[in-house]
Amino acid sequence: MFSNFDYDVIWRSLPYLFQQGMVFTLTLTAIATVFGLILGTLIAMMRLSSSAVLSGFAVSYVNLMRSLPLVLVIFLFYFLMPYVGQWIIRADQPVQVGAYASTIVTFTLFEAAYFSEIMRAGIQSVPRGQVMAGYAIGLNYREVMRHVVLPQAFRNMLPVIFTQTIVLFQDTSLVYVLSITDFLGAASKVAQRDGRLTEMYLFAALVYFVICFTASFFVKRLQKRISIIR
Amino acid sequence: MNYNWNWGIFWDQTPDATGTYFGSLMSGLQVTILLALCAWFIAFVMGSLIGIMRTLPARWAVFVGNAYIEMFRNIPLLVQLFIWFFVIPELLPGDLGIWIKQLRNGPFIAAMLGLGFYMSSRVAAQITAGINALPKGQRMAGTAIGLTTWQTYRYILLPLAYRIIFPPLTSEFLNTIKNTAPALTIGVLELTARARSMQEFSFQVFEAFSAAAAIYLVLSAVVTIVMRMIEKRLAIPGFSGGK
Repeated sequence: MFSNFDYDVIWRSLPYLFQQGMVFTLTLTAIATVFGLILGTLIAMMRLSSSAVLSGFAVSYVNLMRSLPLVLVIFLFYFLMPYVGQWIIRADQPVQVGAYASTIVTFTLFEAAYFSEIMRAGIQSVPRGQVMAGYAIGLNYREVMRHVVLPQAFRNMLPVIFTQTIVLFQDTSLVYVLSITDFLGAASKVAQRDGRLTEMYLFAALVYFVICFTASFFVKRLQKRISIIR
Repeated sequence: MNYNWNWGIFWDQTPDATGTYFGSLMSGLQVTILLALCAWFIAFVMGSLIGIMRTLPARWAVFVGNAYIEMFRNIPLLVQLFIWFFVIPELLPGDLGIWIKQLRNGPFIAAMLGLGFYMSSRVAAQITAGINALPKGQRMAGTAIGLTTWQTYRYILLPLAYRIIFPPLTSEFLNTIKNTAPALTIGVLELTARARSMQEFSFQVFEAFSAAAAIYLVLSAVVTIVMRMIEKRLAIPGFSGGK
């Protein structure tokens, strides 16, 4: 069954797969994680704030994003963004955004909803007494968040944040629907061109597996270390 | 914004003259629901088997269960769909592979298997967690009154474990519905695919995708409500969810 397996096609396309494909996949993962986490933290703070307007907005944003399939959101933002850009900068014509920029914005906004749920749990995991203690020694809301709550929240949630990043790394493969050359996109282009679907897709699966398996192994170790210290 | 709004577009005929755009979205919804249910059946059965295996006393069973979960969890869904659709038929012996490739429902079957096995690893993790969450005394009590391992699971552990994990299973089912969307890449005409083709033919981007988004929202709301009702009916007084 593997008798006519062509290893050479994988070997030949390695530079293309990794230098173009994997670089974009990792870039997208990194940007979406960092900005998604920042935005998600802000949304979590809004959700836990006493203002009904802010928390209402945060709840609806998170619930909306979490009820929609990522593929639909990728399409929606891809077609929506030129018009939104036009409206923001008051241009005469829809702005050319392009698939790459649009996916980066999409993933950041989409993952922010998931990260905000993680950060909400993290913020709530910090005992209430610490917040009160912060106010008691004269810190304001910003200072309490910055110096007392958020550092501990991040620390407690670190394994969950990394797990979500692994999920995000896998989800980036969905940019395939916009014909972007991410790792899977690159593998798929070579597969179609050379008629070597079996080799390329199995190889892609192997690479994703090795990366995600190794990453989750380290996350498990981190989780054990953190749980011992606490 | 100089975008031409046209909410009446849903009642226009599609270019392939098989009905209105509204009808096209609805047939997409049907495929989405059918695919989600079929995949969920596989996910539930396989997930239960693997999840139970991981709680058995036998070492090999735990190892097989863990390996299964790691394999299906660490490969992106899209890659798994491609493997079921493009690769598996190639690897099967000659005639069987050709027969599969010529199936009219090929994409649907591949998506059903791919999504089902992908979700089964998440279901398995939940089932294991549910069984392990039960007090150890439950299992010991079963053994003490002379039940076999099978009977202990059937009459003591599983009825409690499934009730404990009902809420997380509900959200896994909602994930299954959402995860039907990537099936459009292998040619399954589900809801997102219908919205996309409506956008391509009519150029009404917003109407097409916001209608699809609204349908997904309604669908998940309905599923959540129905699941809450079932959860209440199944609750045992004195246990989680019961009064």
